[in-house]
Amino acid sequence: MGRFVARRLLQMIPVFLGTVTIIFFMTRMLPGDPAAAMWGDKAADPAQLAAFKHRMGLDVSIGRQYLNYMGDLLTGNFGETMAGRKVIDVIGEALPVTVRLALLAFVFELVVGVTIGLFSGLRRGKAFDKSALVLTLLLISIPVPVLGFIFQNVFAIQLKWITPTVQDSMNLGQLILPAVVLGSISLAYVARLTRTSIAENLKADYMRTAVAKGLPRRKVIGTHLLRNSMIPVVTFLGTDLGALMGGAIVTEGIFNVKGVGNALYHAINLNEGATVSGFVVVLVLVYLAASLIVDLLYAVLDPRIRYA
Amino acid sequence: MTTALEKTTAAKDRLVPGTPLLEVRDLHVEFKTRDGVAKAVNGVNYSVAAGETLAVLGESGSGKSVTAQTIMGILDMPPGRVTAGEILFRGQDMLKMSNEQRRKIRGRKIAMIFQDALSSLNPVLSVGYQLGEMFRVHEGASRKEAKAKAIELMDRVRIPAAAQRVNDFPHQFSGGMRQRIMIAMALALEPDLIIADEPTTALDVTVQAQVMDLLAELQAEYHMGLILITHDLGVVADVADKIAVMYAGRIVETAPVHELYARPAHPYTKGLLRSIPRLDQKGEELYAIKGLPPNLYKVPAGCAFNPRCDVATDLCRTEIPALHQVTDRDGAELAGRKSACHLWKETLHG
Repeated sequence: MGRFVARRLLQMIPVFLGTVTIIFFMTRMLPGDPAAAMWGDKAADPAQLAAFKHRMGLDVSIGRQYLNYMGDLLTGNFGETMAGRKVIDVIGEALPVTVRLALLAFVFELVVGVTIGLFSGLRRGKAFDKSALVLTLLLISIPVPVLGFIFQNVFAIQLKWITPTVQDSMNLGQLILPAVVLGSISLAYVARLTRTSIAENLKADYMRTAVAKGLPRRKVIGTHLLRNSMIPVVTFLGTDLGALMGGAIVTEGIFNVKGVGNALYHAINLNEGATVSGFVVVLVLVYLAASLIVDLLYAVLDPRIRYA
Repeated sequence: MTTALEKTTAAKDRLVPGTPLLEVRDLHVEFKTRDGVAKAVNGVNYSVAAGETLAVLGESGSGKSVTAQTIMGILDMPPGRVTAGEILFRGQDMLKMSNEQRRKIRGRKIAMIFQDALSSLNPVLSVGYQLGEMFRVHEGASRKEAKAKAIELMDRVRIPAAAQRVNDFPHQFSGGMRQRIMIAMALALEPDLIIADEPTTALDVTVQAQVMDLLAELQAEYHMGLILITHDLGVVADVADKIAVMYAGRIVETAPVHELYARPAHPYTKGLLRSIPRLDQKGEELYAIKGLPPNLYKVPAGCAFNPRCDVATDLCRTEIPALHQVTDRDGAELAGRKSACHLWKETLHG
């Protein structure tokens, strides 16, 4: 187990360096000159432009820029935005918001998705199952912006339970609605995955044994059925947590959440190379950590899997 | 532990002598599927006393496992359905009990051993947990007590280094060891009756004998009733007291084990015995009963075995034979011997 973790951590290094390299060159290859864009429609004063480029380190060759960037990165320096803010501060502001939003969405899809899937799987072909299938199909098919607007309309404008957009991005209560919208598609997948898994394991021989042992139904389902059925679901949830942490450009946009998605969107618009690659660095780390945790959790859930 | 033991012993003493531990009376079970109604069990009667071993013999589809699952209350309903009959456990009809009453009998009073221990044990729970669960659920034992008892049980079924292996998972054991764990689990609460459904079929021949011996030994030690379901005549010979042969959901012959082997009173039993490979018939072609087991959706009229029977008459094709009391040549009843064949006399004495 220890060796497995060590090897996985070592494997992260090339993945990390590779992703950062790719994203660095991709942002630098975006059309337009980010420095000239600072002057808008006006023609830039050549002296000022040169000074600005020098301050941003844009006056050397792209290869040199890359080496400078990587060198800074390894010493923990993420660089500055065009406006002179430290990129690390921008990330520090947006990431906690996204973590909150992601965790809320995650808990929502986990709890509601698994519950729906469990009862659907146990009552396959019954009314509950059929309505769950229709509901999840709807959730999968409706585009997120549409779902977001429906929710805003119903809960904020008709029922007046909440404000249509988020005023304080760190307020968990205000983040609930965006989290529900964000988690709804994954919820549909979680519910369907759980349902299939439950229905399949329900027929397993060990379930018959559990009943023959005289266990109460609650234990037969809670201990024997659920443990086995969660294995594929955990795999999905783990990768999904990584994806959620990456921010949600559309959902954050609809609800005005100042998270990673929002910040990334603006950074890309303004051609802020340093900010974009800074975010990607953090997100790659989060994603790698999430997938490592999933793999470890997988071995905990299924003892037949052993890592050496 | 002692209190549980005293309780079961006391209950055993209360049992009126001569009353069987378990009695199945005229049991009918059918399965309703899209293809129609499959009549899996059609009026089965058998009984087991404490300390007795009944072997139920039959091909797949003969209804032997369905009967066992109905006794256990683990039949999938639907599609399964009990249409008639009684299952008396200590004189009480289990089919009339509430789910909760039946659950309390399962595992504690009647336990079951399944064929394939690898798939019948939960792959993601340690064997110690699965064994200990019996004590935790039925006796309210703590985790620690349950684990200690699990080790004790593993010792009793002679699993080497039980204390070190208690936290291992089923896939880490060999086939024979896994089946021992199944036996230990069934034995945990010292039930009155154990139903073993093909307990050795999935095992190597050498291991089969060890597991059978262990089962027989423990059964004698705890004075339990044992219903041994098998299609393997070889397994039965040494351990069973009496045999019930099933065909197409009916019992076609019952007899004390050695009498059945020596002098079968039903052509089907005769065919089964002839189809056992024997060392002294080396080189000869192995005998097989002609034809296939009947389609349960469309059981043949009359005796269900008639299309495969060498001696079938017109009577066999029209009238279902009753389970006749078998007598010797002088007309004296042979104890425990019954045959559902119109021609039992000719089969037995001919």
